[in-house]
Amino acid sequence: MTSVAMVEAVSLAMAWEMASDDSVVVMGEDVGVNGGVFRATSGLEARFGDQRVIDTPLAEAMIAGLAVGMSAQGMKPVIEAQFMGFIYPMVEQIVCHASRMRHRTRGRLSCPMVLRAPFGGGIHAPELHSESTEAIFAHIPGLRVVIPSSPARAYGLLLAAIRDPDPVVFLEPKRIYRLNREEIEDNGEDLPLDVCFVLRDGTDVTLVSWGSMIKETLESADLLATRGISAEVIDVATISPLDMDTIIESVEKTGRCIIIHEAARMCGVGAEIAAGLADSAIYALHAPVKRVTGYDVIMPLQKMEMNYIPGVKRILTAVEEILEVS
Amino acid sequence: MPATIASFKIDFYQFLAADGRLISDDVPPLATDWEELQSLYRLMVTTRIFDKKAVALQRTGKMGTYASSLGHEAAHIAMGSAMRPEDCYAPTYREHGAQLCRGVTMPEILRYWGGDEHGCDFSGPRHDFSWCIPIATQCLHAAGAALAFKLRGEQRVAVVQVGDGGSSKGDFLEAINAASAFQLPLVLVIINNQWAISVPRSKQNSATTLAQKGIAGGLPSIQVDGNDIIACRWAMETAIEKARTGGGATVIEMLTYRLTDHTTADDARRYRDEQEVKNAWQTEPVKRLRNYLQAEGVWNDKKELALLEQAGVEVAQAVEEYLSMPDPDVAGMFDYMFENTPAELEAQRTQALKECN
Repeated sequence: MTSVAMVEAVSLAMAWEMASDDSVVVMGEDVGVNGGVFRATSGLEARFGDQRVIDTPLAEAMIAGLAVGMSAQGMKPVIEAQFMGFIYPMVEQIVCHASRMRHRTRGRLSCPMVLRAPFGGGIHAPELHSESTEAIFAHIPGLRVVIPSSPARAYGLLLAAIRDPDPVVFLEPKRIYRLNREEIEDNGEDLPLDVCFVLRDGTDVTLVSWGSMIKETLESADLLATRGISAEVIDVATISPLDMDTIIESVEKTGRCIIIHEAARMCGVGAEIAAGLADSAIYALHAPVKRVTGYDVIMPLQKMEMNYIPGVKRILTAVEEILEVS
Repeated sequence: MPATIASFKIDFYQFLAADGRLISDDVPPLATDWEELQSLYRLMVTTRIFDKKAVALQRTGKMGTYASSLGHEAAHIAMGSAMRPEDCYAPTYREHGAQLCRGVTMPEILRYWGGDEHGCDFSGPRHDFSWCIPIATQCLHAAGAALAFKLRGEQRVAVVQVGDGGSSKGDFLEAINAASAFQLPLVLVIINNQWAISVPRSKQNSATTLAQKGIAGGLPSIQVDGNDIIACRWAMETAIEKARTGGGATVIEMLTYRLTDHTTADDARRYRDEQEVKNAWQTEPVKRLRNYLQAEGVWNDKKELALLEQAGVEVAQAVEEYLSMPDPDVAGMFDYMFENTPAELEAQRTQALKECN
């Protein structure tokens, strides 16, 4: 067992898979000697050399396009977008090629690549370094979009993402990169993709969240417990494809659901989950499904960002509201 | 006075003049390799006949939008024929001749443009990329393939082309940077056919050549007459050999002319002077090579007629095969989204089978 923060778990997962699979290479800006601006690739270049941990020219579309070409030719590139705010030049290559390669060639070629990007607010970063735009990728057929919420899940899910035969967008909530340390076994064991994780059992309300908001969601569940309210907490983890079954099963038990995400509300993944509940669990609901999300405004700079990011208070208010009506 | 710290030149290569005569005695061996030149000529003519038929299929409602390769035959056949099977080719949407050289079949090409993805599951080299619609994005796929070959120590080369319009895009310039930074076994061809749909070459930028963009990124770059098969093939062979032996990437600008509309959905008469097109027919590649071969006594009317008949039969058979292909089935729409289909997609497949009849 080793005690690690999430960013170290990310690093361990890449190291494990690079050691066991020669076709895995890490590429990006400053991922080499510098070990990445968040140190997520720290030590990899020293261990595996500059032919496996490749500093690229400063061109995001290039990084994604090279990964499409490399993965179609039998390699498994794990590329890094330094911040999600710089991911957009990559989007054309991901949407127009990586997500479609297997389908349009009827299985002849595929893109087993991982696009890693730190995302989300709360670290007092400059403009365009704090957005949560995971829904953009979740909307694209052919992509997996995976978001860890703890060191153990970062380790297991990233291993699974690298091993997956299809492209995975792996978004790392940087607010919790170093928040907690967790004991993990660095044994190469992955966790399943495409399933939600039930982090806490409960009977009165289901709290559904992912990424950094799991922190406030679990804190809320603790506070609710002191008031005799039993909250079930679900970490969605893979936001696409979405495991609605686990969420529906929980809501059929609790009859109430609140979806919490940092991203803006409009067309966020919360909307898809709410629609899925309306479709399949409406008769189990005792109260309206609520969303506690970022506002539909430009992500504010550091002085205002913690007002944008939903806090425990907003989650508790939403729970109180739906308990009042039912 | 400033000191000159860098200067550059772009060499232009042409061996076969527009009238089919050799410009000088200083020519590559291909210029007198009569068997190979006849083989290339047959490929060029066959491609043109195929292309004409493909346009006709679209006009008669039997195929979707199609981008004609009329006028590009020398450039395309030079690219396709200079590669080895293990090399990797990344086409756009117009290089039918290059793909035919590689082993992609005519029915497969028609199947894709007829609206069925199964055409992309072609029998050409299985590692070749399929058609690429977003302009210039394929440049980075070829660069990525070249990087994979280099990292694995394989003696393989990636070949990609972009149009004069595509040369304005970032992906093309980023591929140059990648090839230069990583010393990639890559050949980047700019097929400058003077028109990006309705926008003429002069509106892309004011640079004298497009090849010089390669120089800016640190790659050796040349310009050739793209209607001269000898020059195009020589340039391709030289660049591919150099790439294969560790010499890095080359940019080749091939000057040609798009003799017809951008695609069957376009009408070039809206924006292009008819006289310019008439003039371009005077320098087109197929007649040029035929004139050369006839003047050298290795080609004649009898061979021409036999070729036309043979190519006509080949194309007719391909069309017949294409038209008899089954339509794709609804269930197949859900295949190959992922290696393992998620449960939700299986549910949607079941739903689609009920809804689409």
